[in-house]
Amino acid sequence: MSARHYSPLGQLILSRLREFFRQPEVVFWVYGFPILMVVALGIAFRNKPVEHITVSVQDSEYAQVAADALSKNKKFEVQRCDADACRLKLRTGRSDIVTIASAGPRYEYLYDPTRPESLLARNAVDDALQRAAGRKDIADVSDKELTEPGARYIDFLVPGLIGMGLMGGGLWGVGFVTVDMRIRKLLKRFIATPMKKHQFLTGIMLSRFMFMIPEIVILLLFAWLAFGVRVQGSLFAVMVFVFLGAFTFSGIGLLVASRANTVETVSGLMNLVMLPMWILSGIFFSSDRFPAAFQPLIKALPLTPLINALRAIILEGYGLMQLLPEAAILVAWAVVTFALALRWFRWM
Amino acid sequence: MAVAVRCTNLVKVYEGKTPVDAVRGLDLGVETGECFGLLGPNGAGKTTTIEIIEGLLQPTSGDVEVLAMKWGHQDEELRQRIGISLQETKLSEKLSVLETLTLFRSFYRQGLDPDEAMRRVSLEEKATAWVGKLSGGQKQRLAVACALVGDPDLLFLDEPTTGLDPQARRQLWDIIRDFGKQGRTVMLTTHYMDEAERLCDRVAIVDHGKVITVGSPRELIASLGGEHIVDFSVANGTGMPELQSDELSSLPGVQSVRFEDGQISLAVAEVHVTLPALLVRLKEMKRDLASLTTRHASLEDVFVTLTGRHLRDGGANAS
Repeated sequence: MSARHYSPLGQLILSRLREFFRQPEVVFWVYGFPILMVVALGIAFRNKPVEHITVSVQDSEYAQVAADALSKNKKFEVQRCDADACRLKLRTGRSDIVTIASAGPRYEYLYDPTRPESLLARNAVDDALQRAAGRKDIADVSDKELTEPGARYIDFLVPGLIGMGLMGGGLWGVGFVTVDMRIRKLLKRFIATPMKKHQFLTGIMLSRFMFMIPEIVILLLFAWLAFGVRVQGSLFAVMVFVFLGAFTFSGIGLLVASRANTVETVSGLMNLVMLPMWILSGIFFSSDRFPAAFQPLIKALPLTPLINALRAIILEGYGLMQLLPEAAILVAWAVVTFALALRWFRWM
Repeated sequence: MAVAVRCTNLVKVYEGKTPVDAVRGLDLGVETGECFGLLGPNGAGKTTTIEIIEGLLQPTSGDVEVLAMKWGHQDEELRQRIGISLQETKLSEKLSVLETLTLFRSFYRQGLDPDEAMRRVSLEEKATAWVGKLSGGQKQRLAVACALVGDPDLLFLDEPTTGLDPQARRQLWDIIRDFGKQGRTVMLTTHYMDEAERLCDRVAIVDHGKVITVGSPRELIASLGGEHIVDFSVANGTGMPELQSDELSSLPGVQSVRFEDGQISLAVAEVHVTLPALLVRLKEMKRDLASLTTRHASLEDVFVTLTGRHLRDGGANAS
């Protein structure tokens, strides 16, 4: 007989933590992968000034006039080619604009208005040619360049990745893990003991929170050290929303896991839940880009208010009081999903 | 003697497109301090029965009483006093033996020290080994240790040695016997007749969701009438008539005769009386022996006599 006291909740949490940290591949996906995303996307979308504008000048009697005028400015890279070659270059993105010169001088521009660099080229080329033709600027202007942290893509991306991590963590760390235990009949084995069901569920949740804290800290610290991403608002406010998000997605994870008893079912359900939010909730680009008709639906998805709130705190320094509507949506999701999950949950 | 488990007219129907009658009116009583076995082929309803008694499944109808308590009324108290090893549980591979036992120990108000539970199943040397690294026999011993760690009065084991090698099976039998020596009750299911014979004080033979006979292995074997079996077959001579059952049953000491796939099995009381007479009779009939063996009768013979089928291939016949 042993008199030592063993805490079931403590043991359940400890077991989950041990299992987690003893699986290097899982640790990598949770902690390493978001950092790789930050690095890759941070480099790919680093903001740099436009260095060159590639201009195709179509062969004609007056082509030389246009080419000479443009060549005076180093930012233009001028190519001479015939009509077909010029159009091909424009179409395939190897040239930003096609300029056709005729008597007068008269200029015709071919460009693609859906490509920002093409639109930019049109204005720059026009400016240069108009001046060469004798246009005088009337107002006195001076340029000052300003690139500040907070306005870059990487700044936009980090709160999105935090939200994505919370969603994935809740669904995998709670949903998938629970179904796995059901498949292994471990849930059944547990309820064959006097274990309290609520302690098991609390243990799963709390251990999930414990893996999550380093995940968020590592991501924020890395983004700060490598890219100078700063939290404008309070870290406390960030953590409040991180916990709210973790709680909500644990509830959704539990709901997804409440009945599934094969890996295929739970994987399918998880993708069904996550895919719309990956696309619509503004992880990689603002959800405002979707048509207004979709906005009420998009704003009701749990990931959208979470990411919006995190962005508002991290980029714009919002306080918690300004983010009550977002918090309310998250709490509503958490309450409803937990209630349904507990009602439907199967132990065998 | 006090009763540890009593089932009365237990019925379990699994609902579905084609409902399955897993248990069809099963009665049994397990006495305190005995090792009781449910023996039967796969699909006989053993696991369904034991899981109803363990409170993991709801019976469709019938009464179950465990340690004089009922499921649905005193669940917490019952769970504290019973230990269960399920047929297939995959414990967490990344936890060590000691960690697993400590986790299970934490669910009980009182129980064994995890080290003590480990000692009882001889896994001390594997204390820090991960479950994933254990052999099949070691995993099964750990599963039993998880059932023992709450220091139960009543231990349930569902197919405890299925798939294990002979040495691992004997180790498990020793563990179960040691538990029984403390005056505790064991209820197990098995489809191995040798396991039931060597381990169980009493056995209920189950087929198609019903108990077809109950008794100590010795009593059940004695019910065949002869404790020995003479198995023989004869060479197929051309034009020879088949041996007839009544020719053989009239031999001295023969209690019953069974024909099966060209082999003839005689249940006999005394081999030394029957055997010479059999050889003489065969010689008179000018039949040559192709094979001859004698052995003790087993629970397998009891099952075959009662059902006409073998334990091993019972799974294919049972729905």
